[in-house]
Amino acid sequence: MSGGPTKLPGILESVLIPFLNILVALFVSGLVVLALGEDPFFALGLLIEGAFGYQEAIGYTFYYATNFIFTGLAVSVAFHAGHFNIGGEGQAMLGGLGLTLAVFWLGDTAPVLSVIVAIFGAALFGAGWAFIPAWLQAYRGSHVVITTIMFNFIASALLAYLLVGPLQRPGGQMPESSDFPEGVGLMQFHELMEAVGINFEQSPLNLSFLIALIAAASVWFMLARTRFGYEMRVTGQNSDAARFAGVSVPRVTVIALMMSGALAGMMGLNELLGEQLRLIGNFTLGYGFVGIAVAFMGRNHPLGIVLAAILFGILYQGGAELAFEMPNITRDLIVVIQGLVILFAGGMPYLFRRPVAALYSRFALKGER
Amino acid sequence: MKYIVAKMVAVIAVCLVPAFSAVGQSFKPVLLYDIGGKFDKSFNEAAFRGAERFNKDTGISFRDFEPNSETQYEQALKRFARRKADIIVAVGVGYSVAVRNVAKRYPDIKFTVIDAVIDLPNVQSITFKENEGSFLVGMIAGMSTKTGKLGFIGGMDIPLIDRFKVGYKQGVAFVRDDVSFIENYVGTTPAAWNDPIKAAEMARSQYARGVDIIFSAAGPSGLGVINAAKDSNALAIGVDSNQNHVQSGYVLTSMLKRVDLAVEQAMNSAKDGTWAPGHRVMGLPEGGVDYALDEHNAPLISEAMKARLEDARAKIIAGEIIVDDVEGGNSGH
Repeated sequence: MSGGPTKLPGILESVLIPFLNILVALFVSGLVVLALGEDPFFALGLLIEGAFGYQEAIGYTFYYATNFIFTGLAVSVAFHAGHFNIGGEGQAMLGGLGLTLAVFWLGDTAPVLSVIVAIFGAALFGAGWAFIPAWLQAYRGSHVVITTIMFNFIASALLAYLLVGPLQRPGGQMPESSDFPEGVGLMQFHELMEAVGINFEQSPLNLSFLIALIAAASVWFMLARTRFGYEMRVTGQNSDAARFAGVSVPRVTVIALMMSGALAGMMGLNELLGEQLRLIGNFTLGYGFVGIAVAFMGRNHPLGIVLAAILFGILYQGGAELAFEMPNITRDLIVVIQGLVILFAGGMPYLFRRPVAALYSRFALKGER
Repeated sequence: MKYIVAKMVAVIAVCLVPAFSAVGQSFKPVLLYDIGGKFDKSFNEAAFRGAERFNKDTGISFRDFEPNSETQYEQALKRFARRKADIIVAVGVGYSVAVRNVAKRYPDIKFTVIDAVIDLPNVQSITFKENEGSFLVGMIAGMSTKTGKLGFIGGMDIPLIDRFKVGYKQGVAFVRDDVSFIENYVGTTPAAWNDPIKAAEMARSQYARGVDIIFSAAGPSGLGVINAAKDSNALAIGVDSNQNHVQSGYVLTSMLKRVDLAVEQAMNSAKDGTWAPGHRVMGLPEGGVDYALDEHNAPLISEAMKARLEDARAKIIAGEIIVDDVEGGNSGH
């Protein structure tokens, strides 16, 4: 058999191989659970039960997935233009700030309008926070990986300053803002279902899941069907060729990173406008970083990102339930399981490609005889 | 393989049985810690000890949970409320808004929150008069200092921690009036509770500037102060739990905040049916705060000092000495 990659049918490539990767990751996690003296099958059962066992769990799973869709898309848009946006965390914080300011500006007078303005505010502030590193990268050559990481620290310090200063809840002691005015917030999924007559348990899943799906579709359309998306991909593949073909590389860089920042900024819709209904100092919780793993697991394709985000939603929600139920399994072990999934499905995606290809070619040859 | 598949099916079936029913126990108390973790040798560990005592006395086991970020407060509360816990004890000022939200949504679940005041019919709020306990340790510091310079290191810069400082300074001033203070706060966000390295740096800097005793009201961060005291051959004052043993001989005393007592009483009363909502304040008369005295600091506290302390304690309880409080020290929502 030659070493070169054989062409595989799409179903094997995009379904079977990732599935095998996840299976192996789960197997290795199972060994760790076994080493801790717990029953791995029982643990797996708890994880699945925790993620899908009842309506509220399903709601939580997709609620977490919403965060990951936004941040995963953010990373992938920048990646298509050839850049690593590690600043999703900071951009999400600023997005949350933009959203909060819009809510407090308009919330009392026009609740519906304020929600719409808040959505744009989140995107705008996220994009704005990405603009500075983007501009520095495009026109001054400062590496965007470094600047975006550093901007995360600035964002978190800025947010902490505002939340113990001008934006702090009156009489409060924690770094959090006042509650959003009554009636300002995204519709919750159970309210939505109630409107069409279906009874669904209360959960934090809200309208922003749909917004995230729309964002994913828009990103796909932008990348695959527009001229700018094409310019972006060319720039990402080979910026010299792009420049030679007449693409303004700095312009593409700035716009791509700002789009990335806007997507990251919209994460606040889910967390703040959907569930917490107030700005909390530390609401991003590393979702911006997980977005990197989600983007790579999803092979930077919007559909893949949505699926990877749901997988991470399962791991987050099911993992938290697992940690609740089995005292021996701590939060840290959940992180180990997540890490293993990232390692096998994201870091070594082609581990099983060759054996699968060998099996496939043998099978295909038999069929021809 | 067949066996494995069968086992998986069986497991998933078992999982569908609600988790709590598997445990054949009717009373289900829950304890939620604040950021910093269960074994912080301070605030959270005091809460854990209280629940442990309840467990030892009644044989009823409790569930507990350590959040690692602010957003988990509410999710943890909801998770246990959904499972019909009989009482949820949440320790820490950070829980105030989260308890308010969840208690409104689950009106038939009992909540006890420590360090915050929530005015709801199913919430019991317990706060402490940290200023009174701090007054006593301030007196000890004032009677022990040789350099005439004292330090204070707070965790998060909030009115609750200011209250420790105000009582401490007043206690010092009660025994002598020529003492100068150096004050630092570790930070402004909940992360400040859990940063012993930064706290240790602040303590070293204070010791280098001539301070010989530092009172740290900083939860787990305070462990850094105590270690810095040993490194600088100076003294520290512990907080919440008795921390005298952490570096024996370098901890002058500890300001005890009897979170353990509050947790134990909350669980016991919920079990007896005597639990009642409302606001309870635990000060010196209720035994809610005190200074720690044990074999580790016995050589540092003389009989004369003890006599003055007991005298002051009696006067505070009698209302002859009023220890100042801080505006907004009890956050209510």
